[in-house]
Amino acid sequence: MSFLNLSRRAALALTAAAAVALGGLSPATAQTPPGVLVVGQIAEPQALDPHAVTAVNDFRILMNVYDGLVRYASGTLEVEPALATDWTISDDGTVYTFTLREGVSFHDGSPFNAEAVVFNFERMLNEDHPFHDTGPFPLSFFFSSVDSVEATGDMEVTFTLSEPYAPFLSNLAYPTGLIVSPAAVEQYGADFGRNPSGTGAFRFEEWRSNEAVVVVANPDYWDGAPALEAVVFRPITDANTRTAEMLAGGIDVMVEVPPVALGEFEGDAFTIHEQAGPHVWFLILNALEGPFADVRVRQAANYAVNREAIVNDVLEGTAEVAAGPTPPAFAWAYNDELEPYPYDPDRARELLAEAGMENPEITFYVTEGGSGMLDPIAMGTAIQADLEAVGFDVTIETYEWNTFLGRVNPGLEGEADMAEMAWMTNDPDTLPYLALRTAAWPDQGGFNSGYYSNPEVDALLEEARTATDQDRRAELYREMQVIVQEDAPWVFVANWVQNAVTNDRVEGFGLEPSFFLLLHDVAKN
Amino acid sequence: MAGYILKRLLSAIPVLIGISVIVFLIMAMIPGDPATAILGSYATPENVAALNEDLGLDEPLVTRYFIWLSNMVQGDFGRSFALNRPVLDEVLERFGATLVLAGTAFVLCSVFGIAAGVISAANQYGFGDKAITFVVLLGISIPSFFLGMMMILIFAVNLRWFPVSGMWPIFGDRTIWVLLDHLAMPAIALAVVATGVVARLSRSAMLEVLRQDFIRTARAKGVRENSVIWRHALRAAMVSIIPVLGIQAGFVLSGAVYIEMVFQWPGVGRMLVDAILRRDILLVQGGVVFIAACYVLFNIAVDVAQSLLDPRIKT
Repeated sequence: MSFLNLSRRAALALTAAAAVALGGLSPATAQTPPGVLVVGQIAEPQALDPHAVTAVNDFRILMNVYDGLVRYASGTLEVEPALATDWTISDDGTVYTFTLREGVSFHDGSPFNAEAVVFNFERMLNEDHPFHDTGPFPLSFFFSSVDSVEATGDMEVTFTLSEPYAPFLSNLAYPTGLIVSPAAVEQYGADFGRNPSGTGAFRFEEWRSNEAVVVVANPDYWDGAPALEAVVFRPITDANTRTAEMLAGGIDVMVEVPPVALGEFEGDAFTIHEQAGPHVWFLILNALEGPFADVRVRQAANYAVNREAIVNDVLEGTAEVAAGPTPPAFAWAYNDELEPYPYDPDRARELLAEAGMENPEITFYVTEGGSGMLDPIAMGTAIQADLEAVGFDVTIETYEWNTFLGRVNPGLEGEADMAEMAWMTNDPDTLPYLALRTAAWPDQGGFNSGYYSNPEVDALLEEARTATDQDRRAELYREMQVIVQEDAPWVFVANWVQNAVTNDRVEGFGLEPSFFLLLHDVAKN
Repeated sequence: MAGYILKRLLSAIPVLIGISVIVFLIMAMIPGDPATAILGSYATPENVAALNEDLGLDEPLVTRYFIWLSNMVQGDFGRSFALNRPVLDEVLERFGATLVLAGTAFVLCSVFGIAAGVISAANQYGFGDKAITFVVLLGISIPSFFLGMMMILIFAVNLRWFPVSGMWPIFGDRTIWVLLDHLAMPAIALAVVATGVVARLSRSAMLEVLRQDFIRTARAKGVRENSVIWRHALRAAMVSIIPVLGIQAGFVLSGAVYIEMVFQWPGVGRMLVDAILRRDILLVQGGVVFIAACYVLFNIAVDVAQSLLDPRIKT
């Protein structure tokens, strides 16, 4: 039949056309150029205004475009001078006076001085400031203890706090404390977040929506020009696609590599970087009612969970076993003598028997995923199995992250006995102060969703927050960790080890315990 | 004809209002709010209340709906909380990318689907028919996101024929050729299932027509077989194929969501997924209403096209 001839011809023609159109177009996946680092990010940034954003993903860009008055010294969580060269603190801990660095300009050419610093904090904190409406500023409460900020000289700024607040300096090192160009805010208003200008090692060049944010080297950077010519931040939300891009050479750096994908990057072509950070993954236990109201049952849960198996098998080594409420990354405040609860199912059974509860029934809130939550479903299932092995009867209820927060943050009373949770913080004060004090129960606006209460811990945390001497603070935090571990208001599970992969063209790359991505010293061939 | 089109356009208005009410209520009812999503770990009731006030979410529900609707009628879709830019700018930009992807997939599935269906029908129970039916079934059975991932693994990571993801290269010029290079894999992955559906329905539509008297008449008076199939029969079959294409257009648009996630295509589907996870209320509402409006218009166009093809369909 002639028809078949035609169809064959037609099919051939179509196939040929398709092959020409699809295959022979261009040498696909060209190598990325030298001197230009392409970073695979986990999402599109929300804005490049450091006062308006909350996501670690955005911080990775911001920390390279802006500076704060102070910053974390490389490899630590201790502050060192940045835009301020030094500072003094009054004896009562309420007046901080900063001397500013001379000769620094914003990328838009306007000068950095005391007036600029005052503008930054007034914009965030003072509702009557003409540019306060360029917000909202969700993390401005980091500085809620600031009563006033004044330019007491051309290059001197004085902050007066309403009460002594020791985390003030480390909050200044956090992205919320980064200094933006007042001239750029005045020019762009609410669109400043897409037209950012700071003093950092890289200058903002271009934001192509959903494709890339491009920053180029600032040759006049006060801390020396960066080795790279430019950095391209690409949002690739799907972890499998991000892995494929890294393997195909489309990106040079990949952050937050999924544990299951790590095996792809063994070998000489890639380097895996790891760094434990100020993160803790724990289970909130409802100490108000139900089985966990008895401290022995809470301790039993801590003995029953096989943390080693969770960090090594479920998380493939992307976390370390947590011993207490404070992550070891806060080296100066961490109590080295604290040993994690050992995995001891027999001891757990004994404690349950002592408490007269061989088979306590518990409801366990699990989330599908969320900031810092690692692999919550797999971890939740492993924990359920461990607890059931010693006699608990565990019912899991799983919720999407925002729904989950909406159920957990108002408190577990009448709802559940146990819930997953994770925090990343920048000061050892933050998490225990917001989640372990009696005055931080949910009805008082805190995050103590398990209703833990110990007056001794309350007193230690209050004093640690107001003490200005770091050694004294460290002593108080160490004491707090011992008591909290013994009281077991949480099951302390894991501290996240953040990872990243670089290809063999990247040099000088390292992760920071702050979880920030600092590219000033990175080079690429 | 003009009267018919006008009537159809007017009847679309209550549909769109209904959609706006539904999407507004869904966004109001789902647990979690933008302030909680933005604040994450720091979402104390106090911080949430303060941020909600800043975002204007402390107004009563009905007031919020009418403010939103009246602004939207005037062309103001509001500002996205999460992206800090006007909703309409974002939606238009992203919708353009989706149209390129879904449009290409739609053309692919129409051309290849109809061609496969016609060839199948013309060779009923022959080798060509069986081969095509087998391939078509395979295509319908593979989930498109899985196909997409496999294509990335084989053609991008191993063979390096195509870029892994994105719409444009990070470096270099933006030409039609590099666009096609980036478009090839996602468009094919998206088109595969729809092609199968179109092929199967085209086949049965053609078989129906081929049994009719006028085809026998055409053959009897010596019209060449090619002409019988492609000119006489296909034209008659198109009346029942076009509505299927209309449905497939909607299918391709919604299927684009997965494909956009896998291939990181900067389209409106990926935008909506991100926006829902961030509880970016105005972006979700504006995006859904915009897409619904486009879909309604497209359906009107399909009906009009059908009535042009077949005068028996009353206008």
